[in-house]
Amino acid sequence: MARVGAGIVILAVVLALVGPFVTPYDPAGQELPLRLAGPTGTHLFGLDELGRDIFARVLAGARISLLVGLVVVSVSATIGIFLGAIAGYFGGRVDESISRVMDILLAFPGLLLAIALVAVLGPSLTNVVIALSLIGWVGYARLVRGQVLRARELEFVQAARALGARTSRILLRHVIPTTLPAVTVQATLGMGAAILAEAALSFLGLGVQPPTPSWGTMLNGGRAHLLDAPHLTIFPGIAIAVLVLGFNFLGDGLRDALDPATSQRR
Amino acid sequence: MLRYFARRLLLTVPVLLGVATLVFSLIHLIPGDPAQSILGETASPQEVADLRQRLGLDRPLVEQYGLFLRGLVRGDLGRSLRTSQPVTAMIVERMPATMELAAAAMVFAIATALPLGIAAAVWRGTAVDHSAMTLALMGISIPNFWLGPLLAIVFAVELGWLPVSGRGTWAHLVLPAISLGAALAAILARMTRATLLEELREQYVQAARARGTSAVRAIIRHAFRNSLIPVVTLVGLQFGAVLTGAVITETIFAWPGIGRLLIQSIGFRDYPLVQGCILLIAITYVGVNLLTDLVYSVLDPRIRYN
Repeated sequence: MARVGAGIVILAVVLALVGPFVTPYDPAGQELPLRLAGPTGTHLFGLDELGRDIFARVLAGARISLLVGLVVVSVSATIGIFLGAIAGYFGGRVDESISRVMDILLAFPGLLLAIALVAVLGPSLTNVVIALSLIGWVGYARLVRGQVLRARELEFVQAARALGARTSRILLRHVIPTTLPAVTVQATLGMGAAILAEAALSFLGLGVQPPTPSWGTMLNGGRAHLLDAPHLTIFPGIAIAVLVLGFNFLGDGLRDALDPATSQRR
Repeated sequence: MLRYFARRLLLTVPVLLGVATLVFSLIHLIPGDPAQSILGETASPQEVADLRQRLGLDRPLVEQYGLFLRGLVRGDLGRSLRTSQPVTAMIVERMPATMELAAAAMVFAIATALPLGIAAAVWRGTAVDHSAMTLALMGISIPNFWLGPLLAIVFAVELGWLPVSGRGTWAHLVLPAISLGAALAAILARMTRATLLEELREQYVQAARARGTSAVRAIIRHAFRNSLIPVVTLVGLQFGAVLTGAVITETIFAWPGIGRLLIQSIGFRDYPLVQGCILLIAITYVGVNLLTDLVYSVLDPRIRYN
């Protein structure tokens, strides 16, 4: 399954990069007389309500999805690793303060806080990335904090401390590297989650704004044409589901590889 | 047990205060002047000043915060900017619809996930297991904002079996409940399989089998009952995901609940109503999590002593 997942992710990345060379159609180009036309040999996924080629737009949407996923995961993981590591390593009031902030953020279910933040900041791709990153770091911080609590008691960490190594060096060179395998798994699964969240926000009209092609925005546009042109809904949806499935397969596979006990349990 | 309950309740107070503070700050995160932003560029300075006064934005921040908390304790969340109705009344009116949808989604999820998880664990490593788990992974990956329209295309448009939107009869509930419950069903099925597999390895199950208990009885009466504890906990913890999912599902199926109200109020920049909806969903989520913790501590006394 992990290989299937890796295959899907690599294919998506390649298609996102070479998209403009795979299809002769411009994602923004309109053929109004053919609006809402179904899939044909020339337009593989058909055309949307403005006569734009859906295949070209799905390929362009892959760029947005992967970009959002990458930025959100990078920013969240960096903040989460930093705060989780100092909370776990220093304990005491530092840990208390960071943990209370995490408790408050975790008191909001999933996307709700992202919806709230985008509602006040205004709908845009940048604000979606900001909102998802502000929420996403908590998961990494909680994971890293737990790992660091264990790691700080390990002999090589205590040895480094006894040898007089600076705290920043102990954290960066000895403690944080022990958390990276778990963070990698979380980041892989987090890519899928971020892609799904961006699509959900765009679907609700709170994310990427038209005419920029995003899978969620395309699904939103398809809602008005469920009866007469279901292909507007079907193809962007397949793209989201397959890419998220790819990241989930890959994340599950990585977790099994890094912790064989989970594959026994699952 | 009472001491544990009291401690757990006390720990909830700062979280609720934090949630209220965050929701209060939302309106202050609006770039520029919130009143100007709500009314738009064409509004006159007088209109902006009136709205600032109406929202209490002309008072010092600390006073605004105090008034917000005082209103919250009294159940007064202000008035909608669009309809001038009390926010609390508008939310209370929509609450039953959201709860009905969330309950139906959870019933669907549990009814689907348990048989699927049990079958996967009992026939571990077979085609049944692989099919069930692939289905579960698909359930997690397929977004409800795609599954919903897809179900509507097949069962409402093509087959004409069920209504495409609205609320009224049980038939209206079927598609939204499936759309909302599918992801939870997938997560629960995976969890049921995992915990049941662990229980099946335990000696008491093997001892029951050695005493001549049938395989079905050993699985259902012994192993499955014990594997239910983490599953019940997961159901509680996933309630938040169901509430957030309801925002999307209600929008797709025009279901008149809080989720739809939230999205509509965002569209109208009706921020008091946005704050009210967010606050209510978050408080419900905290409450359900608290309840789950308490139920868990009753089911598994070890939790209370740790």
